[in-house]
Amino acid sequence: MSKIKCQCGHENPFGTVLCERCGRPQTEEAKKSETVDMRYEGSARRSQTYNRTIIDKIWNFFSSVKIGISIIVAVLVTSAIGTLFPQKLFVPANSEAEIAAYYERLYGVFGVVYYKLGFHDMYNSWWFITLVGMLGISIIIASVDRVIPLYKSLKKQRTKRHPSFMKRQRIYGVGAVKDADKSLERAESKLKELRYNVKVEDGAILAEKNRFSRWGPYVNHTGLIIFLGAILLRGIPGFYVDETLWLREGDTVVIPGAPGYYLENKGFILENYSEEDSELYSTALERAGAIAKNYQTDVALYKNPEGTVPGQSEAMVLEQETSIIVNEPLKFDGYNVFQMDYRLNELKTMTFQLTEKATGKSFGEFTVDLMDPKSKYELEEGAYVELRDFATDYDGIDKGEMISKTPLPNNPAFVFKMVTPAKPDGEMSFVAIQQTLETEENDYKVNFVNAEMRNISGLTVRKDKTLYLLLVGGIIFMIGVTQGSYWNHRRIWIQKGEGDEMLLASHTNKNWFALRKEIDQVKDYAGLPQYEDREDTESKPDNEEGDFK
Amino acid sequence: MSKAAQFAKKRKKRLVVRTIVLLLLVSAIVFAIATRDNEKVLAVGDQAPDFELVDLEGNPHRLSDYKGKGVFLNFWGTWCPPCKAEMPYMENQYKEFKEKGVHILAVNIKQSNYTVETFRDQYGLTFPIVIDKNESVRRAYDVLPLPTTVLINEDGIIEDIITKEMTEDEIRSFMERIQPK
Repeated sequence: MSKIKCQCGHENPFGTVLCERCGRPQTEEAKKSETVDMRYEGSARRSQTYNRTIIDKIWNFFSSVKIGISIIVAVLVTSAIGTLFPQKLFVPANSEAEIAAYYERLYGVFGVVYYKLGFHDMYNSWWFITLVGMLGISIIIASVDRVIPLYKSLKKQRTKRHPSFMKRQRIYGVGAVKDADKSLERAESKLKELRYNVKVEDGAILAEKNRFSRWGPYVNHTGLIIFLGAILLRGIPGFYVDETLWLREGDTVVIPGAPGYYLENKGFILENYSEEDSELYSTALERAGAIAKNYQTDVALYKNPEGTVPGQSEAMVLEQETSIIVNEPLKFDGYNVFQMDYRLNELKTMTFQLTEKATGKSFGEFTVDLMDPKSKYELEEGAYVELRDFATDYDGIDKGEMISKTPLPNNPAFVFKMVTPAKPDGEMSFVAIQQTLETEENDYKVNFVNAEMRNISGLTVRKDKTLYLLLVGGIIFMIGVTQGSYWNHRRIWIQKGEGDEMLLASHTNKNWFALRKEIDQVKDYAGLPQYEDREDTESKPDNEEGDFK
Repeated sequence: MSKAAQFAKKRKKRLVVRTIVLLLLVSAIVFAIATRDNEKVLAVGDQAPDFELVDLEGNPHRLSDYKGKGVFLNFWGTWCPPCKAEMPYMENQYKEFKEKGVHILAVNIKQSNYTVETFRDQYGLTFPIVIDKNESVRRAYDVLPLPTTVLINEDGIIEDIITKEMTEDEIRSFMERIQPK
């Protein structure tokens, strides 16, 4: 693989289309063509330069813009498929088997395939992560392969170009002028007025403006890479926490994702608007029923001091007491705890009364805390009730044992032994919601008086150390977009030719119309020859059907 | 240096740089895939997180106090049928392995003392039962399904994590695995 030596004596790297120094075409194709492709200045893209080892081949694969676009399309298509059926997060199931069954039941064969391929949990599927990762690799390699040669050739470019380079530019003009030197001088001053950077050398002018706009795509890609990197950081423990916490009133539990911190629910408040607040509300309230005014959880935050281990809850220290309201989270140590959800009215305690059936005489009331029942409740006149068995969520009896479906007090059931002075051996009674069973006819009964309810707060625990990095990535991304979209890199070459001839050529990466307007000003002022835009489709008379050919 | 030698050197440098860059980028993808489920923090071979919970008699049990012994750490609840089914087997094996240096710690998840005591008396269990009232130990061990059994060897290293119902034979072989040598 050798260097390409140009007629001007400059040695160009293999793969060069236009000589880095003078701009003479180096390939047969470029020599034959009317105008040249000025992308990357006709420099040798590295991907095309070397293709020897397997590493080079992988490198070139990712360097290809076609591959990059294919990956983007693949990400878009798979993302679209992922929205067809609900993601795993929204499936009401706990185990993998239940989730699989859910998709099969609702969506049949498509559901099975969807689940098997991992679309149900797409953002966590290995192939989606791989696709996004390949996109990242493609962005990095493709950018590096282009920005370095582009930077080098823009830096190396000479003021005076070979006429064959000028001739192959999209905007090109040649013609005789009265006084070439004077024209050059006037062109120079006009270009400076138009805020071009003007270089004059050996009867040639290179006027250039807004070169930095060429770096826009690469700045943009840097932002994207920072963004992807920030998401990658979320995998490191301590950087990102997103957990759900259901907290009952009066309960204290460890905060998931924040070891060593405990949260106590001191009360959940749900307030609705009422007509008393304002007469204006009455119509709205009539139409919509209840309208929530406030969701609030009053909490106390505790911390286990250094040197203690999980479970040593007696050692924990109160850190702060606050109210969590929607959009006003509890904040501590980089964590935010948000009010997200609630459930009202879970049974907390049940109060009963022991009475004599015949007379209706009461021995007093007793209250069973469903989360912490006692085995014996003392009553008046030496009577007492023993709790012989208890189920929080009663679901029948198996081998003489009460079965509880869950540890939650959804359907509490009790076996009471009632002991009174008249019946010192006691009587047994089974009590559940709305029913009482007796093994034999009893003289006494335990009847339900009332119940106390409590609410449950649904909280979300968030910690995101990558947030600012994501913001920085996003800002850099937008800077890149702006830089590349609102400025255009324009170059105008003017030089003396044979005799009293003058050559004019120009190039921009976009917005040729504005470039032509500027050249017209220079041309009129300096008396330069007429030029032609050889790829201009816009200003030609539209005598054919349609805009595109 | 001749031109050819210079060229060969450049080519070698290019190969090295490209290989390093590609390896870094590929390992980033591998890292992303490996950490996508960061719920499973505990793994076999990790040091078992220390904790201290109080049993039904009010005695504190600290995991680190059992150093030098195997600990059969069982998370359970009375509402879970497989948890109940394996309890008598655990009791049988406990009697045999207690002298051989294998201890059972049964961690109940957040139930009332009454419920746990009633259950223990019904089943006649003699191994210590502690109640994780604020779920701190459950969180520290990332226990989701019940029953979950964590086998901890004499050095406090996790030998295995079992998240299904065990037969008596399995319990026996697990206890043999964490029996101190």
